[in-house]
Amino acid sequence: MPELLERGVERELTFAQAVREALAEEMRRDPTVCIIGEDVAEAGTPFKVLSGLVEEFGKERVIDTPISEAGFTGVGVGAAMTGMRPVVDIMFGDFLTLTMDQMVNQAAKVHYMSGGKWKVPMVLRTTLGATRRSAAQHSQSLHVWFSHVPGLKVVLPSTPYDAKGLLKTAIRDDNPVVFFEDKMMYKTKGLVPEGDYTIPFGVADIKREGTDITIVGTSSMVQVALGAAALLDEMGISAEVIDPRTTWPLDEATLIASVKKTSRAIVVDEGYGRYGVTAEIASVIAEGAFFNLEAPVKRMGAMHVPIPFSPPLEDVTVPTEQTVFEAARKLCGKA
Amino acid sequence: MSPVTDKAKKRDAKKPEVKRPETKTVETKKPETKNSDAMKASKSDVERSLRMYRRMLMIRLFEEQVNDLYTRALMPGLAHLYVGEEAVAVGICEALRDDDYITSTHRGHGHCVAKGAAPNRMFAELLGKEAGYCKGKGGSMHIADPATGNLGANAIVAGSAGIATGAAFSAKHKRKGQVAVCFFGEGALGQGVVYEVMNLAALWKLPVIYVCENNMYNEYTHFLETTAGDILSRGPAFGVPSESVDGQDVSAVYQVASRLVKRARDGEGPSFLMCNTYRYTGHHVGDISREYYRSKQEEHHWKTERDPVKLFAEKLIAQKLTDAPSLVKLEEEVRAEMQAAVDFAIAAPYPNADKVEQDVYA
Repeated sequence: MPELLERGVERELTFAQAVREALAEEMRRDPTVCIIGEDVAEAGTPFKVLSGLVEEFGKERVIDTPISEAGFTGVGVGAAMTGMRPVVDIMFGDFLTLTMDQMVNQAAKVHYMSGGKWKVPMVLRTTLGATRRSAAQHSQSLHVWFSHVPGLKVVLPSTPYDAKGLLKTAIRDDNPVVFFEDKMMYKTKGLVPEGDYTIPFGVADIKREGTDITIVGTSSMVQVALGAAALLDEMGISAEVIDPRTTWPLDEATLIASVKKTSRAIVVDEGYGRYGVTAEIASVIAEGAFFNLEAPVKRMGAMHVPIPFSPPLEDVTVPTEQTVFEAARKLCGKA
Repeated sequence: MSPVTDKAKKRDAKKPEVKRPETKTVETKKPETKNSDAMKASKSDVERSLRMYRRMLMIRLFEEQVNDLYTRALMPGLAHLYVGEEAVAVGICEALRDDDYITSTHRGHGHCVAKGAAPNRMFAELLGKEAGYCKGKGGSMHIADPATGNLGANAIVAGSAGIATGAAFSAKHKRKGQVAVCFFGEGALGQGVVYEVMNLAALWKLPVIYVCENNMYNEYTHFLETTAGDILSRGPAFGVPSESVDGQDVSAVYQVASRLVKRARDGEGPSFLMCNTYRYTGHHVGDISREYYRSKQEEHHWKTERDPVKLFAEKLIAQKLTDAPSLVKLEEEVRAEMQAAVDFAIAAPYPNADKVEQDVYA
């Protein structure tokens, strides 16, 4: 974590406060940054992530929209092409389905189709994550869809510190960036420096060094991976935990180097396992560290079912500390 | 029975009641007040008329070349010709400033020319050459050019509605008096995003003009088979003033466009303009057997009675702004210009294959 050296005065902020601070600082720095979305102004979103911003920046820059995700995402694309840096807010990641043409056929392709002439410096902030008892249409983690599309960048912060630094990088990036926040993490606290800092995309964070197994975790699953690593530690298994932080660009070198060292790997992501982020990362590891592997790369994602409402059903759909711990133990031959 | 004939019969059986109002065109609300007397026409009016005529001719002859390139298998992909619709792009763009924005469609060559694009670089793009507007990466359906405010042609029929509205959002924010024009075909009325952004544009009073080019056919289907109710009633439901104009009359289009553009520039918000026009050729160059969806008589009628270039030439001559020999000379000039542009494009090199990964990210 080289950026640690540059940290200023730190204090504890929640994940939501870190996001808000990044937005506020960027809006003060650059008058073209604006926020567009449903209930972003006085309401500050249902999660209260944006509270206070409309008071400081006014309704011309913190703009409430009708419930028209395709429409206002499209407006974001056009505004970004013509001199603004909009941050489009899609309240629940599930509603991304409504923005797909704007993001996939428009935002992602404008730069390439125009031979590099038009740019789309836009951020689309949204949420992911289950276990909030919100059922099938408010609980999905759909970040892999966007990771699949050339022209988009996809960011998955897992701490308040990363949320602030990565969001600033996203806003300053000249490409469309999709920024996924785990809605269960908004109240999580962590140390965040005051003032300006950015975190480059495509640089994984080694959260914990280890020698026996690599656990790659994204977003909500980073804490799960760290919890599993602590349990493994008690049985004498040394786990290395890596957070890629961005699924595209992807820091393949750090992942491969880690597995070359540990020779075993588990990839944990809250999206669906099939054809998911875990599949891509597992294949990167298999291709890059094949001759060092002592076991197949294990993938752990959401179960291949719509997210159910009933708590005992929902809880088994996503990986937990315990399930990751069990899988890692088995992979290390100590089950 | 061939599949095509079969399809034609099914369609005709399906729509016996369909009325095809070939010339159903609401007159513009404001009748022309200028140019009724050639002697009174100001110098700038005359220049404008001749410029509009030249632009229409450029589009007509550009598309002739495209048809030729395509049928000679020199042009890859698909070619959707704008022939017959020239007065719409030219009349609208004549009312725009250089720094105003447009978004265009898969049938977009006319919009690009009307907004000031150079034919040689357009042809180069159509042939996939490095010298093209998009370095050959976009092709016929994606020409874009920041220098002329062209945000890009779009191959999703209502795909640019959001972009145009977003450009108007920026324009309002930057307070430079720019406007955005969103060109789309009547087929795009079937996609919901149009109505989402019209609602937004009305709420925020954005300087955008939604220009619906009603050429009567959603690809291979008459619009009356796909479009319920009254098109011009849709805008007013959002508080967006809507009107229609004879899209074969370039002066009329220009007049209405000027008024709507001024309105947008003055901060009075969006408007919707339906231009009634006709697509002379098929949905694309390869769409040759069209009898299953429209008659040859109908095509003949539009080409002979409603041709925008011919009608405007007659008007210019009648007003004594020019004469027939001058127009013949002009046509030769433009034809030579297009030939030179095509020659440039044919001679231009293709991009190197190593450019394929360039421009994915800025």
